[in-house]
Amino acid sequence: MNSIPLIHFLIVSTALFFIGVYGFFTRINMITMLMSIELILNSVNINFVAFNKYLHPESNDGLFFSLFIIAIAAAEAAVAIAIIINLYRTHSTIDVEDANEMKL
Amino acid sequence: MDLILMMKNELMLVFIIVILLVMKVADNGRSSGYWIGVINVLLIVNCIIDWLPVSEGELFGGVYKSYALGNFGKSLLSTGTLLISLFSTDWLKRCQHIAEFYLLMISTLLGMFFMISSGNLLMFYLSLELSTIPLAAMCNFGLTERKSGEAAMKLILSSAFSSCLMLMGISFLYGASGTINFEVLSIIVQETPLYIMGFVLLFVGVAFKLSVVPFHLWTADVYEGAPVPVTAFLSVISKSAMIIVFSFLLYHVFGSLYNSWYLLLYVLSIVTMITGNVFAIRQENMKRFLAFSSITQMGYILVGISGSSAEGVTSSVYFIVVYLFSNIAAFGVISQIAEKSGKETISSYKGLAKHNPFLAWTMAIALFSLAGIPPTAGFFGKIFLLKAGASKGDLFLITIAALNMIVALYYYLRVIRAMFMDENEDSIPVLHSGAPLKVALAICLIGILITGFSGPVYEYIFTLSNGI
Repeated sequence: MNSIPLIHFLIVSTALFFIGVYGFFTRINMITMLMSIELILNSVNINFVAFNKYLHPESNDGLFFSLFIIAIAAAEAAVAIAIIINLYRTHSTIDVEDANEMKL
Repeated sequence: MDLILMMKNELMLVFIIVILLVMKVADNGRSSGYWIGVINVLLIVNCIIDWLPVSEGELFGGVYKSYALGNFGKSLLSTGTLLISLFSTDWLKRCQHIAEFYLLMISTLLGMFFMISSGNLLMFYLSLELSTIPLAAMCNFGLTERKSGEAAMKLILSSAFSSCLMLMGISFLYGASGTINFEVLSIIVQETPLYIMGFVLLFVGVAFKLSVVPFHLWTADVYEGAPVPVTAFLSVISKSAMIIVFSFLLYHVFGSLYNSWYLLLYVLSIVTMITGNVFAIRQENMKRFLAFSSITQMGYILVGISGSSAEGVTSSVYFIVVYLFSNIAAFGVISQIAEKSGKETISSYKGLAKHNPFLAWTMAIALFSLAGIPPTAGFFGKIFLLKAGASKGDLFLITIAALNMIVALYYYLRVIRAMFMDENEDSIPVLHSGAPLKVALAICLIGILITGFSGPVYEYIFTLSNGI
């Protein structure tokens, strides 16, 4: 049954994590930045589920944790998109580089 | 019955949220004064109930736990929220959505309460998000202002990213230990690479909320863009809650990783203090100035926490009390001046003492306390932090901290000089402050002076922090 070893899941999740981090730092469109964040969250979900299944199958903590992460990610995206819409109303753009009124 | 006794602080907040929702639904064009009156009465009741004693123990199989220091922190936070609510009356009257503002603020406070009482990593994560997401919405409350939207965007994106990193850390901790319960975790944790990796990533999430230096970049922009009451809430309440959770995590859960986190705190506190000071010197805007000053204060707190003893917790919580009163007083004055005259720069504060002596003196005492000048409480707060930090015998760290406190005097005194000594042709005219603002500022001043002069406050916190 356990024909796929744990390390494969971890490689996928690590790859997803860094793709997300890369996207977050290089994209200037806010919606794309939010999508990158979702990628990172999903890599964390894979981690949790894989750890739960392979290392600690006696309880379902990791599984529940990933369910909660999905719910919170939806809430966070909802608020973030509301903020972005409001930003669009005042700035007429959703590029982070154009929202640069305050600088050091 | 246990449930009601232990969770009374949280239940009270949920009760207020429900009342506000019902009132909002049944609302038929009531005046803003009515709303503010009702909500302030509710907050006063909440504050009184929070100061009543709470029983200690665990609920829901260890997910929620009530302990003495946490309960003290909760009472302190609801007092701070009440003070902020009082001084923001003028701003709220102009704002269209009073009920929504308070709903978000009280939800945030609820998140912080749960975070203080959290007994496992899941609860910790959920409550951290509950205390962050509404805060970002609150930052956007200046709906038509460009800066406000930008601040909210910066806060939500960077907080989402930092909580992602924190979750990665939590998943490592879970993978290594197989548990998310703090009690079990504190027994299992060892100094192996996976635990340290998990801990460091978890630390990132916390350090972001505290704006410790490599993760401080959002602070100044968000502080400047958000409306003043939100800035005050962000800088005082959110950080105070985090300090209590942080010391609980470090001392209780990750106590066995001591060697790793001592090094971490050592480096970060030095960098934080120096960066905060260097940037604070060149700020012109009062809100940005206080943002960098609060970064510096966090550096001092890290010095105290790194002492790793009961004194470390006590001194940092004592410092929180002082910091709460001083910062709320400073923000109260700033909010009044920004609301009535629209001025926020240090140069426009020139000659403030001539026409508005009460505001100028309040600001001066608050800044003296932040700078640590003897008659005020800030002095004792800093002495205790340094003493706790010195208990490890590392005098280099203490010397750096003390030098930074001297540098900090320069920029605090710069504001005081502008207010009292500089002449100005178009100085701010006489402002008529309402009664709520005066009450809030007076409570803050009394708080600053009393915590400074009375030893029992420190000893009381010391007895509470033995539980950690």
